[in-house]
Amino acid sequence: MTCARLPPLTSLLALLFVALVTAPLLAVAGRGSGLSLGPADWAAVRFSVTQALLSAIFSTLLAIPVARALARRRFAGRGLLITLMGAPFLLPAVVAVLGLLAIFGRSGLLNTGLQALGLPPLQIYGLHGVVLAHVFLNLPLATRMILQGWQAIPAERMRLAQSLGFGPREVFRHLEWPMLRDVLPGVALVILIICLTSFAVVITLGGGPKATTIELAIYQAVRFDFDLGRAAGLAGVQVLIGAFAALAAWALVKPAGFGAGLGRESPLPAPAGWRSLADAVVIAVTMLFLTLPLLAVLLRGLPGLVDLPESVLPAAGRSVAVALVSAALTTCLGLGFALAAARRSNWLVEAAATLPLATSGLVLGTGLFLIVQPFAPPMTLALPVTVLVNCALSLPYLYRILLPEARALQADYGRLADSLSLTGWPRLRWLVLPRLARPLGFGAGVAAALSMGDLGVIALFAGDHQATLPLVVQQLAGAYRIEAAAAAALILVTLSFALFWVFDAGGRRAAA
Amino acid sequence: MNAKLLAAGLLTIATPALAEMPVLTVLTYDSFTSDWGPGPAVEKAFEATCACDLRFVPAGDGAALLARVQLEGAASEADVVLGLDTSLTAAAAATGLFAPHGLTPETALPVDYADPLFLPFDWGWFAFVYDKTKLTEAPTSLEALAASDLKIVIEDPRSSTPGLGLLLWVKAAYGDRAGEIWAALADNIVTVTPGWSEAYGLFLEGEADMVLSYTTSPAYHLLAEGDDSKAAALFDEGHYLQIEVAGKLAASDQPALADQFLAFMLTDAFQSAIPETNWMYPAITPAAGLAKGFDAFRPAKSLLMSPAEAEATRDPALAEWQEALAK
Repeated sequence: MTCARLPPLTSLLALLFVALVTAPLLAVAGRGSGLSLGPADWAAVRFSVTQALLSAIFSTLLAIPVARALARRRFAGRGLLITLMGAPFLLPAVVAVLGLLAIFGRSGLLNTGLQALGLPPLQIYGLHGVVLAHVFLNLPLATRMILQGWQAIPAERMRLAQSLGFGPREVFRHLEWPMLRDVLPGVALVILIICLTSFAVVITLGGGPKATTIELAIYQAVRFDFDLGRAAGLAGVQVLIGAFAALAAWALVKPAGFGAGLGRESPLPAPAGWRSLADAVVIAVTMLFLTLPLLAVLLRGLPGLVDLPESVLPAAGRSVAVALVSAALTTCLGLGFALAAARRSNWLVEAAATLPLATSGLVLGTGLFLIVQPFAPPMTLALPVTVLVNCALSLPYLYRILLPEARALQADYGRLADSLSLTGWPRLRWLVLPRLARPLGFGAGVAAALSMGDLGVIALFAGDHQATLPLVVQQLAGAYRIEAAAAAALILVTLSFALFWVFDAGGRRAAA
Repeated sequence: MNAKLLAAGLLTIATPALAEMPVLTVLTYDSFTSDWGPGPAVEKAFEATCACDLRFVPAGDGAALLARVQLEGAASEADVVLGLDTSLTAAAAATGLFAPHGLTPETALPVDYADPLFLPFDWGWFAFVYDKTKLTEAPTSLEALAASDLKIVIEDPRSSTPGLGLLLWVKAAYGDRAGEIWAALADNIVTVTPGWSEAYGLFLEGEADMVLSYTTSPAYHLLAEGDDSKAAALFDEGHYLQIEVAGKLAASDQPALADQFLAFMLTDAFQSAIPETNWMYPAITPAAGLAKGFDAFRPAKSLLMSPAEAEATRDPALAEWQEALAK
């Protein structure tokens, strides 16, 4: 048994990522005086947790019927819809909010329609608006992750079920439910933590100070009060909540243990009758819910494209370069972590692949700044720090996407491969990469697209003349140029989506 | 290959372009140094006279700027900080990081303002901006606004300087009645955004009838877009001022150059770039005067708290605001 222990390099990298989260937190705490949190801070903690829990529950539960319908139906545009599922997730928060408001806002499509029918308007601002936006952003991610689970059920098990005369109910109990037990906790965990740290969406749609999150309290503590101790205390609470959620998810996961199949494309039984109608409705409603706001983003951006400022092009180039480097690194790391964790679950790897999500972007950036500043002007390290931070922040997604399938791979082929002494590169080349191509492509796409967007963390490192695309969007919006900002945002979204699509489609083709 | 490119890129950033020329580093907010802000014009004009390299370092918005100064402390590379406003100067002065500028300029500010550490470079009145084609009769006071069923978008005082400005505005105009005004305004507020650009974007999308911005916002639409449909509502109780200032850091390694920059800041070359890039009033009216849109909405009365008063008012006013709106 050569590989039962964690390989030293993986341990070292996992340790590095845990340090990347904890060291900045400690650096910030070290500059403050005391970690005292007031009643307003605890109210913010409560609200953050409430909205994150609701968002995670709704996104995950609603994604199950959508993923199932997509898994068992074949229709024109299915591939396109699955690809489009990547789009909402990678919208910058402000762009997503404006897209949603075009549909659900006071003068949006929905209320215009209601008004024409003489019905009272719907109000989007409030907790329900926050949850709606989070479902819009995360339902597609959840759907894709659950869909991977469905596609990973070996075709042989489905055929066996058919020959045993299983109806939909038995198929659910013996095949689908075990798969969901394996996949859902990880999906819900990722979404819970993303929503826990969500900032602009919550303030803008929350409608007022009732909707105060931990991240806003940190903002206030750092920027207006310069109370670094309180900022670190709040960020610490956020990380602890994330860690607690990760432990809970870890305890809930139960590997499905379907055993190996021959890797054929599985023709899922597609029950007829009312189930067929229900699937059609689910797909149609999801498609409308996801595409209408995206269409609004497209329409808002188009008019400004004609006279876009020159600086957009070099900024876009920088962003794509950063995204590609970050995605390559993240994919290697994520694969390493997932394979290591699949052999033996390990708390260090689990922590390294979860905690970065729960850290506060502002505290992470501030802490890194404090750590770096004594050694070098932070501006000179903008690029490496951006890549490192992008890597840390997108690793958790990749890890969650890979883990269930890496675990199945280990269970099904691990011993055979070990007994054949298939290790190192040949094992990767002939066993791991072909079997994991689909989730790897999807995960690398998510990592690349995410790395296009992140801005908050590295704001402190930004120098003159090296703006990335998200910063240009923000600068345009800050200078009244709303139309140009919408156009630049459209370019940002298109590029992110193109990167996502290239990796995702590549992975799917390699798997087919 | 990628690593080589990266290294080359880092080197060009790390090496000063012209090693023998002194470098003046000015820490400022993002929108000042962007291609659409005053930064490029100011840099060109100052470098033509100073035989130096002027570098702007962007640091988020006004509030982020002060946090950045405190974070860097005396180790800061920056020589000048440009873009704080008077609700932040008390805290900035308390850091002890700023040095006196020693200048006493005649300014075009509507109030008396002098601070030994900070020099004003532009200013503006906060105001609620609306669309004349959609709203024909604008309210004439905050109270009238609160009594109406108009919908407004405001910025969060915990993350944005205009949001904080409104908080001080209500307090300066209504004193002990501020809580009551906020309670009455609660049903008018559609939502609170993290910053100015989000609020203004929502307003332009038609999410609200009015948005908290500046009296000079309609001038942007008029001069840059040829659109005269936007207006600022003038309120009887007066309008709170935002005065944007710059200061010299005591630990600067270029104190003479920093002084030269602060003096330059009050000349025509700098001041004439302000109105139509920063969309604020210049601290000293340029010889050529201001473009037409800038005199369209001038409140009769200006409100401003002293920096010490603003600092002391902030926390209680914030608590009042939170309580009134959380109901």
